Amino acid sequence: MQLTGTQFTGTSALLGNDIATFPDYPAEIRAPQGTVAGVSGFQVHIGQTHIYTPGDQPDVLVAMNAAALKANISEVPRGKTIIIDIDNFKRKDWEKAGFAEDPLESGVLKDYHVIEAPITSLTRKALEGLGLDNKSITRSKNMFALGMVYWMFSRPLDYTERFLKDKFAKKELIYEGNVKALKAGYNYAETIEALSSASTILPADMAPGLYKNIMGNEATAWGFLAAAEKAGKELFLGSYPITPASEILHEISKHKHFGAKAFQAEDEIAGITSAIGAAFAGDLAITTTSGPGLALKGEALGLAVMTELPLVVVDVQRGGPSTGLPTKTEQSDLMQALYGRNGESPVIVVAAKSPAHCFDMAFMASKLALEHVTPVVLLTDGYVANGSQPWRIKQVEDLDDIVPHEASKNMMNWQPYERDTASLARYMVYPGMAGYEHRIGGLEKDHITGNISYDPRNHEEMVRIREEKVQRVANYIPDLEVQGEESGELLVVGWGGTYGSLTTAINQCQAQGRPVGHAHFSFIKPLPKNTAEVFGRFKKIVVCELNNGQLVNYLRGELPQFDYLQYNKIQGLPFRVAELTEKIADILAGK
Amino acid sequence: MEKTETLEYTYKDFASDQEVRWCPGCGDYAILKSVQKVMPEVGIRKEDVVFVSGIGCSSRFPYYMDTYGFHSIHGRAPALATGVKLANPSLSVWQITGDGDALAIGGNHFIHAIRRNVDLNILLFNNRIYGLTKGQFSPTTDLGQKTKSSPQGTIDNPFNPGELVIGASGHFFARVADTNPKLMQAVFKEAAKHSGTSIVEIMQNCVIFNDKVYANYTAKENRADHIITIEHGKPMLFGANNEKGLVLRGFKLEAVTLGENGITEEDILVHDAYEEDNTVHMMLAKLKMPIVNGVIRAYKDDTFEMRLKKQVEEIERTSKFKSVNDLFTSGETWEIK
Repeated sequence: MQLTGTQFTGTSALLGNDIATFPDYPAEIRAPQGTVAGVSGFQVHIGQTHIYTPGDQPDVLVAMNAAALKANISEVPRGKTIIIDIDNFKRKDWEKAGFAEDPLESGVLKDYHVIEAPITSLTRKALEGLGLDNKSITRSKNMFALGMVYWMFSRPLDYTERFLKDKFAKKELIYEGNVKALKAGYNYAETIEALSSASTILPADMAPGLYKNIMGNEATAWGFLAAAEKAGKELFLGSYPITPASEILHEISKHKHFGAKAFQAEDEIAGITSAIGAAFAGDLAITTTSGPGLALKGEALGLAVMTELPLVVVDVQRGGPSTGLPTKTEQSDLMQALYGRNGESPVIVVAAKSPAHCFDMAFMASKLALEHVTPVVLLTDGYVANGSQPWRIKQVEDLDDIVPHEASKNMMNWQPYERDTASLARYMVYPGMAGYEHRIGGLEKDHITGNISYDPRNHEEMVRIREEKVQRVANYIPDLEVQGEESGELLVVGWGGTYGSLTTAINQCQAQGRPVGHAHFSFIKPLPKNTAEVFGRFKKIVVCELNNGQLVNYLRGELPQFDYLQYNKIQGLPFRVAELTEKIADILAGK
Repeated sequence: MEKTETLEYTYKDFASDQEVRWCPGCGDYAILKSVQKVMPEVGIRKEDVVFVSGIGCSSRFPYYMDTYGFHSIHGRAPALATGVKLANPSLSVWQITGDGDALAIGGNHFIHAIRRNVDLNILLFNNRIYGLTKGQFSPTTDLGQKTKSSPQGTIDNPFNPGELVIGASGHFFARVADTNPKLMQAVFKEAAKHSGTSIVEIMQNCVIFNDKVYANYTAKENRADHIITIEHGKPMLFGANNEKGLVLRGFKLEAVTLGENGITEEDILVHDAYEEDNTVHMMLAKLKMPIVNGVIRAYKDDTFEMRLKKQVEEIERTSKFKSVNDLFTSGETWEIK
């Protein structure tokens, strides 16, 4: 089903539609088929205007079995289309899915436009005599369904045909079977004149340029590749596989010849400590993980803070605590990123707001780490990491320069902890440079020489310097922008992956004449310099997050002069636009 | 590390300006001196040398070497050293560790570094006790020994480091006592020359918390009969006058005396450190009396970084993407005008 979803997405993107996708699948690799827990879904939203989310509520639901219907019917508004494979709606199927009665008879579908299609049996018939085994024939039914949807939305088949040709280059028979099923589905939909409520979707009005469809984790990996090239460095990734971050490791592993070393370590701790070693030796060093892995990396991240080395840690957040909800999204690692270490241990914390934005933030995180000689945590999340979006392709020469903060050859009497007076960054030197031999480590160090120091005043000075160095990054990052009303009744505040939902909600509120603005944080520590000024322009502030209130409590500490309302959802799912607009309307109505 | 030229250094060039702060009489002093003495002979420029350590008494070591150094966190030095070496394979990377750092908290990193065979030189200071935390038992403390945290005696079975290293498919293992500077220098040199992960276990005395733990081996009156120093290609002889030796009886090593029961030098095992099969190496590492010193195993094979380099060259040749820009514009794209 994930494959079917990506094919529809790819085809639509090529037609110039704006797209947003959201795969939702179980944590188990082969979850029991036919049960609600085992339903693997793929949500895609296409538009001729800009779209920012995979959509709240589908216009068309394709339910390949009774469990898929059971899992998703509550999301489909009445009057919309549901395609059902009636071959998988026998008594045993709907009982297994947890229906008390036959859903085709019980009336649960009476307000919907239902297309009952014998997808499995028609696929079997279409592939009869090809010589394919039973299993391969059954698998092809997804292509039949895809063919039906292509016809309903006037999509051409060639993109998928090309894809199949490539994928099954060495399995001629399977290729033929899939294409046959795809065409059979397309023709069947034409024959029965299957129509959905919104069938012709024109290209969206997007900025000129060359585009491609990109997933969040892929964009993150590419942002690092671009940053390494721009900085004139080799890239070192130390990582241990973890859902939903592993695709970054996979992607970078493919490109070793760009000077990108992907090192699959024995555990999360070795992932970060190998990266710290590589940073010490002069690479652009990164480590990628999800929440449980960030917890394991905590001590080592403190070592990078203490030794003041450039390092980027990516946390693709998932539901927690502990193993939590590995395949579901959440924004609940913000406090861990900010404070989850022993001692006073400040790091830069940034977040990506959409799949394509992962590229920009991976690049920016690398730039800040190398130029300010300090660790940076980049927060993405399962929703952004697995979602996809059109990306206006960038070339390395279009990107900002990255100038690593290094000692120059003519620096007199270089000292390991001597600092730039503006940024407070120390000057890096690397093993191999003669005359600069020095030792660093996790013990507190003298503020100039870097030698071990237990002097009480030196410790206080170093703690303050490390914090101040991070705070001064505010002089090098963009201001906070406001979407919608620039001032007025209500400012809706968010951060990271909720950008799409919040933007869509604010657009709708504005269209209804509600006086609302939206400020979205990509830079969290330090906060953009104009944050207080922006907050001061609104009577009320509501902070919306997919957690139990983490940014809002950080803001209460940083900018205590404002009152903050909060809206939190903790279901492992993104915000729905309707939930947000309803909340906004309530606040404006004084509820 | 193919370079063999002798650079014009003396051991003083490798001593940093930091005051050495181990307890008076600590075995670490002799090890430090031996390392500093061997460095000029290794033939590597000092700016190309990096000492990495974890936590523990021994882990202070990098501060005392006038090279690049990194005193990291407890147990993680093998991973950090791996990162240094992969970032810049031309560096000579040394790790200093102890029995707690390497075999307890860092056990996982230790065995995986060995398994990968990255070109690291790891000196394991084994004093069979926790010194910096003041006297708790370690993973190598003898069974039954009373310590601060085992007042009734330990009930954990100890690790034998050599057995662990060879069991983790280690390619290089040597053992030496801190009382034998000449052998230390010879063994450190061999470790530096070997390409791949080299482990040297040093029987190190902790004068405060575990004094004389190796006295049964290293005391003057015991040395000749209780330690056998082996060398590749030579018969395994020991004793004040080389009158004893090791023979293989069935699946066991046995110490014998020449001339007794018809034993001649012909019967004595000849050491082959370079042999791929580690069966005899494992027996040598496990032997308790006499204990084996010297290079026990030195099997040559490709290192991790050599294999990485080969892969990079292969991808360079075959990849359709010659630059990052190529990659970005690959696949299905569309233009919006």
